[in-house]
Amino acid sequence: MTGGIAHPERFFADRFGLIPSRLERLLGSALAGRVEDADLYLEYRVNEELVLEEGAVKTASRHVSQGAGVRAQSGERTGYAHTDDLALPNLEEAARQARAIADRSSSSAVVAVRSGPRPHDLYSLELSPVAADLSGKLDLLRRIDRAARADPRVRQVIASLWSEEQITLIAQASGWIVGDVRPLTRLNVTVIAEEHGKREVGHHGGGGRVPFDFFIEEGRWERYSSEAVRQALLKLTAVDAPAGTFTVVLGPGWPGILLHEAVGHGLEGDFNRKKLSAFSGRMGQKVASELVTVVDDGTLPNRRGSLNMDDEGTPTRRNVLIEHGVLVGYMQDRLNARLMGMAATGNGRRESFAYPPMPRMTNTFMLAGQDDPAEIIRSVAYGLYAVAFGGGQVDITNGKFVFSASEAYLIEGGRVTAPVKGATLVGNGPEVLTRVSRVGHDLKLDEGVGTCGKDGQSVPVGVGLPTIRVDGITVGGTDV
Amino acid sequence: MTDLLQDLLRRARARGATEADAFVVKQRHASVQVRLGQPEAVAHAREQRLSLRVFVGKAAASASTSDLSAGSLERLVDEATGLARLTAADPLAGLPDPGDLSTGIPALDLCDPDGHAVTVEEKLALATRAEAAALEADPRITNSEGAELFDRQAEYAYATSHGFAGTYQTSSFSLTVSPIAAVNGEMQRDSWYTLARKRARLEPPEQVGRTAARRAVRRLGARKVRTAEVPVIFDPDNAASLVRTLAGAASGPALYRGASFLLNRVGKRIASSAVTIVDDGTLPAALGSRPFDGEGLPIRRTVLVQEGVLESYLLDTYSGKKLGLPSTHHAARDGSGISVATTNLYLAPGPAAPEELIASVKKGFYVTELIGFGVNLVTGDYSRGAVGFWIEDGQLAYPVEEVTVAGNLLEIFRAIDGVGSDLVLRNRTSAPTVRVARMVVAGD
Repeated sequence: MTGGIAHPERFFADRFGLIPSRLERLLGSALAGRVEDADLYLEYRVNEELVLEEGAVKTASRHVSQGAGVRAQSGERTGYAHTDDLALPNLEEAARQARAIADRSSSSAVVAVRSGPRPHDLYSLELSPVAADLSGKLDLLRRIDRAARADPRVRQVIASLWSEEQITLIAQASGWIVGDVRPLTRLNVTVIAEEHGKREVGHHGGGGRVPFDFFIEEGRWERYSSEAVRQALLKLTAVDAPAGTFTVVLGPGWPGILLHEAVGHGLEGDFNRKKLSAFSGRMGQKVASELVTVVDDGTLPNRRGSLNMDDEGTPTRRNVLIEHGVLVGYMQDRLNARLMGMAATGNGRRESFAYPPMPRMTNTFMLAGQDDPAEIIRSVAYGLYAVAFGGGQVDITNGKFVFSASEAYLIEGGRVTAPVKGATLVGNGPEVLTRVSRVGHDLKLDEGVGTCGKDGQSVPVGVGLPTIRVDGITVGGTDV
Repeated sequence: MTDLLQDLLRRARARGATEADAFVVKQRHASVQVRLGQPEAVAHAREQRLSLRVFVGKAAASASTSDLSAGSLERLVDEATGLARLTAADPLAGLPDPGDLSTGIPALDLCDPDGHAVTVEEKLALATRAEAAALEADPRITNSEGAELFDRQAEYAYATSHGFAGTYQTSSFSLTVSPIAAVNGEMQRDSWYTLARKRARLEPPEQVGRTAARRAVRRLGARKVRTAEVPVIFDPDNAASLVRTLAGAASGPALYRGASFLLNRVGKRIASSAVTIVDDGTLPAALGSRPFDGEGLPIRRTVLVQEGVLESYLLDTYSGKKLGLPSTHHAARDGSGISVATTNLYLAPGPAAPEELIASVKKGFYVTELIGFGVNLVTGDYSRGAVGFWIEDGQLAYPVEEVTVAGNLLEIFRAIDGVGSDLVLRNRTSAPTVRVARMVVAGD
């Protein structure tokens, strides 16, 4: 594949013969009888993974996947069929099955298709990260290995570079066709350090919808490498986390995962339509401290969670979810928006052609406040200062969430003291943002490594946060 | 499909590969979902994926595709051999010794050819019955995330350049119900499922629905508890998650990278003598069984932990060589690459009825759900969100949420002082009820 494929329409026409008149027939076949909405999603993706371990690149792999998903909807009933064979008879069969599921009638419709420009241009690149020169990539991984091993306590380095290009073409029931070419890349560094017989692991990484050179610029790879080493060494000296409920200060950037888990999932349209969310029916109510404004924004250039349009062809946008503490918005796909009488918000996403879309986050973050971050820490007599996290999870029905700190410290007498390990935070989504008492002026977005799982589908997302103080989260450590 | 693979291996050799192996999976799956008695979604899919691994001398690379057209396969061979010329040589890389390969393909009864012959209407009816049983079970069941019936049939083929070729077919079926219980504005969700290789072995839909309802209702009124160090009892599904975590630390790739707390512990005590853990891929019609591993080696029964002593790691050929040990035949292929995976992994049952284990605790915590990712396999540090019941004087007293259970996995396994008699092989990893003498439960 070459670097820039500017025309998804032409790509699917040339390679698979999926010219507009054929898309018209397919769409018409899915959209018949009492079917209210239908769409066709075509996808071709190539990804490449290079892994260095024990000082050498020993794993190199390249994967191609292609396919189409056809969806037909009648009321709350959805028929979905997908196939990884893009030959026309297969697609016709998929369209027929999707329609048959949604509505048993056998009439057919005619849909005239017209293609349009993509609504934004957030990440078109001269050279896709997949197409970039392989020897440069291998060389980068070797340089990371050497840099990390400069510290004699480092015993193992695993550096991986993952790159992808996804070409999609989406045909909506209205006949509107829009295509996109989405680059995505991610560089991860894991080190294991050993001292006095103890071993610990450190991770760091980043990426986005960016070219390969992103990692070379501004010394990024060196920073990822030195951060991974620093994390591992820090954990070697860490004490057991305290157990109990404390004031917690969250550092800027990746700790924004708190918003993703504590409120983000609970504000996705499907859970609210079905009244399954702890936030169901609370639109217009105060759900957070008035210091808190939370947005989900799919339009930030080159960000991991950004998209020109979502996986249903709706342009992405900046959606305010909580404004000065008041719940003002949900994230919607087309189905849930239609059934709730609301507008689609550009949050209809899917992992691949093999799955129907559902409401998902893009880049979710809290807007900056007024406070000086150092002053926020000084205001805490005893608590936890958490600056880096692993994963998180939430039960949206009761709002209970969990996330794991990979870098955290005790705060004693307004000062950051000992590093602690094994700090898992548990809390209650509808409560936690009401306890935000300070918001810093230092909003930062994460480095570009987030992946969100929902109903077995993974999609790339971003998060962000300024330094905030939360008066009371349970910390699950072992030090009683 | 074996012909396709043999042709691919010949072409890889023609392009300079000294050894190669290829794997293909073709599958069909279908699901129906109902919610509040109405059909919500029905999906059908056909998928295929072919992957090729090549060795050029001692350098390896792999490529995979879902496009099995001639042009695509040509590109696959070019890409894999081209990539292998760029990766570093590794003296231990390569296929297993031909003498170790499986010579026959045991009949494990993994396929249910008649089980898939069900219409969409019949499937919708089964899911509807299961959900209805949950909705009718208790007036406090007020809502539902729905019920889903899923079935899958797959055909696998694997071949190597040194002569192995094998194929097999599998089926699987599952039914899941997820009701919501509510009282005074409090909502609680739970679910129950049944999963089997044979459709006839699924639990009756009404039983699945009623169990799911009982699980959701019993969570109502959940509260937090004070932070304390107490005995903790894990129900079978959550005890199985502890066993799965231990297997992750015992797997070859984690070990040779130095990323496991079980490094250099074969032959040593890592758990209390109540703990015996077995992985057995030879059980007929079981969910984790397969006739040969991802490198064509025969599947067998492995004792991982015998009465508390770590007896074996879980190894493929490469990680075995790295550790100076033979493969334990745990290589797995998933269509994109090779990894190490367990088959049917279980903690062997003990003598105690689960009720006796609960009755033995004066003050403690009974875990019914774990959430979050707080497991560090390098150190064994463990801290996860938990839901369950507080135990007072040997009785489940009230539901608990928003707490964590924490400890170190080595200490947790060494502190197991009770194993239940209630083992059921419900899933690929299974366990009976387990009692851990002391863990930290963090709350208020």
